[in-house]
Amino acid sequence: MEFVNIFVKAVFVENMVLAFFLGMCSFLALSKKVDTAVGLGWAVVFVLGITCPLNYIISSKLLAEGALAWSGVDALAKLDLSFLNFICFIAVIASTVQLVELILDKFFPPLYSALGIFLPLITVNCSILGGSLFMVQREYNLAESTVYGIGSGFGFLLAIAGLAAIRKKLRYSDVPHGLRGIGMTFILTGLMAIGFLCFSGIKL
Amino acid sequence: MAKTKEIITDPLSDNNPITVQMLGICSALAVTATMQTTLIMSVAVVFVLTVSNTVISLLRNVIPGNIRMIVQMIVIASLVIVVDMVLKSFAFEMSKALSVFVGLIITNCIVMGRAEAFAMQNGPKDSAYDGLGNGLGYAVILIIVGTFREILGAGTWMGFKVMPEAYLGNGLAVLAPGAFIIIGLIIWVQKQFLTKAFEDE
Repeated sequence: MEFVNIFVKAVFVENMVLAFFLGMCSFLALSKKVDTAVGLGWAVVFVLGITCPLNYIISSKLLAEGALAWSGVDALAKLDLSFLNFICFIAVIASTVQLVELILDKFFPPLYSALGIFLPLITVNCSILGGSLFMVQREYNLAESTVYGIGSGFGFLLAIAGLAAIRKKLRYSDVPHGLRGIGMTFILTGLMAIGFLCFSGIKL
Repeated sequence: MAKTKEIITDPLSDNNPITVQMLGICSALAVTATMQTTLIMSVAVVFVLTVSNTVISLLRNVIPGNIRMIVQMIVIASLVIVVDMVLKSFAFEMSKALSVFVGLIITNCIVMGRAEAFAMQNGPKDSAYDGLGNGLGYAVILIIVGTFREILGAGTWMGFKVMPEAYLGNGLAVLAPGAFIIIGLIIWVQKQFLTKAFEDE
C-alpha cells in the first residue's frame, strides 16, 4: 500500500511540474505538439526511473555520513562526503542519459528515433536532478525511491501531454495580441495547477 | 565602453533571460513565495553566473569540444556547492527554506545557456559582464514576482506589514498557480509596452 501511496502522491499531489515548478523549460518549450510532448514524457519516466535508485545507492553507500563503514577502514567510516552530492548526482544523470541513448540506439531504433533530440536534453531537465534531491531530502529507501522516480516521471508525462493538447486547441482561439504564445501558456499552466490543487486535500 | 554597457543592460529588459529567452523559469517560480528567499536566490544566481561565465571563458581555449558540456557542468556544480555551504553555515534558516532549489541552480538553464552561448566565444571580461547582466535581469523578474506574491499572499513585504490589518492574505498567490499566472501577466505587460523583441510573432 505504501508504494501505491508514494506513486499517487508523486503523480498527482506533488506533481513535479505543477506543484514544484521543476522541468519548466522543456515543459514550455516542447509542449507545442502532442506527439513530441508524449515522447519527451516517456523519456523522462525512463530516465527518472533509472537515476533515482542509482543516485540513492551512491548517496547512501558512498557519500552520506558514515556510509563508507562497509569498507572496514576506520578513517573512511568517519567521512561525511554529502557535500559531493550535487556533482555526483549530475555526473550520474549525464552518464545515464548517455548510456540510455546508446542502448536505445542499438536495441530499440524506432524508440530512439522517436525520442530524438529530447534524450540528451533531459540531462539539464531540472525535474531529473530535483527527483534525486527530493529523494535524499525525504529519506526514501531503495524501493521507495524507485517508485518515487517512476511516479514523478508519470506526473511530468501527464502534465506535458495535457498542456500540449490544450495548446493544440488554443491555436484556433482569439487571444489578446501581447498574451499570445508564451504568456498564455503560463496562464494555462496556472489554471492546470489550480486543477491539480484539488488533489492536495487527499491524505495519503 | 558602450558595448560593455549594452552587454549589461540588454538582458535587463529587451533580452531578459526569463521572459524573453525563457531560461531558468523553474527556480524563478519556486523561490518567490516570500521576498527574503527571492533576494537570497537572486544573489546566489548572480554570483554563480558571473563566476562561471568568467571561469569558462578563461578555460574556453583549453576545453576539448566534445567534452565541453561535462566541463561546464563541473565548473557550475562546484560553484553551487560553495554557495550551498556558505548558506548552510551563515543562513541556515534560509537554506532550509530554499530546500533543493539551491542545488537546482546547477540545472538552471540560464547558467548553462550563457556559458554555451556567450562565454565559449568571448573573452573573460565581457563574459563576466554578460554573466552579471543576465544575473541581474533574472533578479529583476524574481523581485517583481516576489513582491506581488508576498503582498498578495501574506499582506507583507520583506516581513513588514503593508496591507491594512483586515487583509487576510490570498493563499492562491503563495501556491503554484498564482506564480504561473503572475509571470504570465508580467510577460504580457512586457510584450505590450516595453520591448521590441516580440514584433515578429
